[in-house]
Amino acid sequence: MNERARKKAIRENLTSYAFLVPWLLGFFVLTLYPMIYSFFLSFTEFNILQPPKWLGLRNYFVMFIGNEQFPRDERFLNSLLVTFKYVFISVPLKLIFALGIAMLMNRDLKLIPFYRTLYYIPTLLGGSVAIAALWRRLFAGDGVLNMILRSAFNLNPPAWISNPKYALYTLILLSVWQFGSPMIIFLAGLKQIPKEYYEASAVDGAGKMRQFFSITLPCLSPIIFFNLVMQMINAFQSFTQAYIISGGQGGPLDSTMFYSLYLYLKGFAFSEMGYASAMAWVLLIIIAALTALAFKVSGSLVSYGSGE
Amino acid sequence: MKRRTTSLIKSILTNILILLLGMCMLYPVVWLIAASFKESNTIFSDPGLWPKAFTLQNYVKGWQGIGIVGFATFFKNSFIISGLCVIANVIFCSLTAYAFARLKFAGRNIWFAIMMVTMMLPTHVTTIPRYIMFRKFGWIDTFLPLVIPKFFATDAFFIFLLVQFIRSLPKELDESALIDGCGKFGIYTRIVMPLTKPALITTVIFTFLWTWDDFFNQLLYLNSPSKYTVPMGLRLFLDSSGISSWGPMFAMSVLSLLPCLILFFSLQKYFVQGIATTGIKG
Repeated sequence: MNERARKKAIRENLTSYAFLVPWLLGFFVLTLYPMIYSFFLSFTEFNILQPPKWLGLRNYFVMFIGNEQFPRDERFLNSLLVTFKYVFISVPLKLIFALGIAMLMNRDLKLIPFYRTLYYIPTLLGGSVAIAALWRRLFAGDGVLNMILRSAFNLNPPAWISNPKYALYTLILLSVWQFGSPMIIFLAGLKQIPKEYYEASAVDGAGKMRQFFSITLPCLSPIIFFNLVMQMINAFQSFTQAYIISGGQGGPLDSTMFYSLYLYLKGFAFSEMGYASAMAWVLLIIIAALTALAFKVSGSLVSYGSGE
Repeated sequence: MKRRTTSLIKSILTNILILLLGMCMLYPVVWLIAASFKESNTIFSDPGLWPKAFTLQNYVKGWQGIGIVGFATFFKNSFIISGLCVIANVIFCSLTAYAFARLKFAGRNIWFAIMMVTMMLPTHVTTIPRYIMFRKFGWIDTFLPLVIPKFFATDAFFIFLLVQFIRSLPKELDESALIDGCGKFGIYTRIVMPLTKPALITTVIFTFLWTWDDFFNQLLYLNSPSKYTVPMGLRLFLDSSGISSWGPMFAMSVLSLLPCLILFFSLQKYFVQGIATTGIKG
């Protein structure tokens, strides 16, 4: 009897695992093995044609420290800086816009579905090469924006895209422009906050500002936090926009050299695949550290509303 | 009475404000559409939205592409790749999700946790080894590296979405089907799949959009123009910079956005649901 029950359990397990076979194969062959392999490659010099040559920690050493023999890779540090700037300016701005517009819409408006559509269109289209190319034309020296600024306001504006001071900000603008999905998420979250909270606080004499900081923000904090983490992870990996707007070079003067663009150039244009693998692992660690930090901070700031 | 008037005015003002902001946001897209119908030499001298001289010349010229390969090929390639990815994701992500959500087996929680971790992983960690591997298989300059991974449920995000959805379905249906002699696979195809339709449609939508716009992998794996997709075709125009190619470039840009717009407007309900329930990136 016991034997039969065990056999049955094994059979049950086997049929269940049969459903998982595609995913398991994918996990081992397309995720785990590549991860281990890229970890190994990160300690080597590898140009795909010759076998990898062991370097120890040199790739990492060149990235962050460097000496006379192996000078530090200033372009790497610059790409890290550019990406950090991009992430920490664009993500908060995007979420602030998303929350602002969502609050503006969070009332009984008949046209909400229409507005939601309107504001989602940039997000729908913004990741494409077409829009990135359009952006390049909008903010070029003789582009559309400057044409308007010159003819309507008689200004003499700079060439935004080809000026190292401003090029990154055109990319930030492109990212902030796509605030549609956090907006939809915030709007759904706002609808969940009980109206009684606001009514009760109004009776107690709380103003709109006070209500925002004491009710809206705390109630939304889990959603805001989740969006912050996801948007950050994605922003760190941005590629298409920088590639198209800078013509694949990260220029002018490396001012739009995103981390993933530099990784791509290193790995596939300069054939330094060992170095590019090391970069991928540094990115993994940065993202993991930021996510962990975010979770830690959220412990004290985010209220999940359990218990009163 | 007075209070009702003020609230009415307030509501009208809010509507106007939202509408104005929305129009500012859409200006670039509207300008793009307008520019695609303007004559090439007037595109940048005429900031107005309405073309002074309406022409389809840009579309005709653009459709021919640059060199010997035209946009008919690029669109065909993009549709083949996106279509295959959609089919693969719907079948294999839902199969995996069903196992995680409904079946009992040893080690389920550990595998599930691993699956969640792969969702957060930056793709760059696997990019280079996968490239080396696919190169050994002789898959460079074919669609295989873009499509085959989807047949192994590598888009953990959709597995997660579907698991969440399947868990919310009542279990009684499964149980009664089991009593009626339905196997696990039967339950999956006959009961769980049909009930999961809304989440599957969300999967279809976002798989299509993200594959359609996945410039990075297409750039990596496709080398010859006859294999190029629409985003790669647009890049050809960009590389051959010159005022004359902007008109055709804009025309083809509009066409490249069309499938996404059509999908969006026909399945809007599912878009909003999908985004609101899962917090989709983007």
